[in-house]
Amino acid sequence: MSFEWIKIPYALLTLFIVANYGFLLTAVMAKIAARVGRRHGIPVWQNYLDLIKNYGLRSSITHGVMFYLGPVFRLTGGVGLLMFVPTIYGSVMFSNMSFAGDLILALYFVFFGSLGMALGAGESGHPYSAIGVTRGLSQVTAAELPFALAVYAVAVQYQTLSVTEIVAAQQGGILNWTLFTNPIAVAAAMLSFLGSMMRPPFDVVLAPQEIPIGPPTEYHSSYLALMQTNRAIFPIAKIVIYMNLFFGGAASWPVFFLKVFLIYLVSVIVGVVFPRFRVEQSIRWFLIWAVPLGVIAIVIA
Amino acid sequence: MKQELEKRWVKGPDGVDFEVEPLRDYYCEAPPTVMPAAYSKIIEGLFNWARAESLWILGFGTGCGAIEMRPLMTPRFDAYRYGIQWRPTPRQSNLFVISGYLSVKTLKRVIRSYEQMPNPKYVVGLGSCTINGGMYFDSYNTITRLDEYLPVDVYITGCMPRPEALLAGFEELKRIIRAGKGEGANQYAERFDWYKANQKRVIHDWDMPDYNW
Repeated sequence: MSFEWIKIPYALLTLFIVANYGFLLTAVMAKIAARVGRRHGIPVWQNYLDLIKNYGLRSSITHGVMFYLGPVFRLTGGVGLLMFVPTIYGSVMFSNMSFAGDLILALYFVFFGSLGMALGAGESGHPYSAIGVTRGLSQVTAAELPFALAVYAVAVQYQTLSVTEIVAAQQGGILNWTLFTNPIAVAAAMLSFLGSMMRPPFDVVLAPQEIPIGPPTEYHSSYLALMQTNRAIFPIAKIVIYMNLFFGGAASWPVFFLKVFLIYLVSVIVGVVFPRFRVEQSIRWFLIWAVPLGVIAIVIA
Repeated sequence: MKQELEKRWVKGPDGVDFEVEPLRDYYCEAPPTVMPAAYSKIIEGLFNWARAESLWILGFGTGCGAIEMRPLMTPRFDAYRYGIQWRPTPRQSNLFVISGYLSVKTLKRVIRSYEQMPNPKYVVGLGSCTINGGMYFDSYNTITRLDEYLPVDVYITGCMPRPEALLAGFEELKRIIRAGKGEGANQYAERFDWYKANQKRVIHDWDMPDYNW
């Protein structure tokens, strides 16, 4: 298969749309959460302003090489995840490199950002960073378990590891979605989804009131701006995976926007209703409620 | 000088002796420098607009005035509407609200936090105590004039000022920043010796480097 250069602008276009949608969506979600507290919340364009301001800061300091690379790795995790799954199913423009990578690669990219962040934040030497990293890695590991089990259950169900083929198998009606053909795996994955979105029941990693902001305590100016960009891209990329695996994928941008919004909303609704778990509580919660569901899904498959 | 800040030899867990000099090892001693604005006026204007609309306040309540910031976070006044957010770490914030009276002991922490904030940074003095000492004008351990120790952009008078007054003060600060006059950090760097001399005059147990971030 020869490389087609036109794929590069296509990939950049995907990235551009997803990044902007991510900025707007996270602001809208913050607004929704604020409305629950009867506030008005940030303006929807606030993320752009914060980004420009952070790039515009004049002084920045470094703590070493990994301190530079941490945000870069984090962004690589988000962008890589997005590139290796078909954003729009059946579209030549927006399938990017989904032919080249399978589910296992995508799973790896989900974890990649956290690891990079752990290394970078570790080098900053701030005690709160270390606490945040410890909590983050243990919680992410516990949350990944049911997701991995669900992914394998789905892979066994469709007898393939290619995301594109899994989406193809779900076309032709809402009842073909994995949500209805394999509800237990989807349930396990959605519980894991709550854990990976940094929303209240599972946001002890950042814990703004308790350990000031956790891993990124020392990050500022451009480093922070890179991480903000990733905060916009990564949830969308992750939701794209969920959408492709469990909710029939998206064949056009409007469907994509709607499905991503609704899946994101699940974590927000849970987040505004439930208070924060401590890290050992959340790990126990994942092991007791989510992992058995994943195991059952595998056994049935 | 406190004992734990003195230069000494320490035996590490693996049995190797090494020398520790806390003031050298744990702080950066480079003095602040004047950071030029972006070379293009248009870009600097864009940056100033973004800085004005994205004020991140360092969550550091120095005195009783901090209580007036809580209503700003909650539904009644909701400052988030105006792009004002609270950050828990000096590295990420660009606005320091000195909330009320400042004891000499707190001043030390305030200076350290202020110096850790990245360059365009702004200071708002909240309440009469920051202007002339207020009801603590003759106290033996509070400072009376904040702008002798830090460059202040906006003062908000009152004892206490209402949250509405704070919002008005923040809007005034936004006007100053948009006009390109919010250069407190550079002013601090230019008159560094004067500020340091003032700070050292009141802080008697000065056990940190002159500049630390």
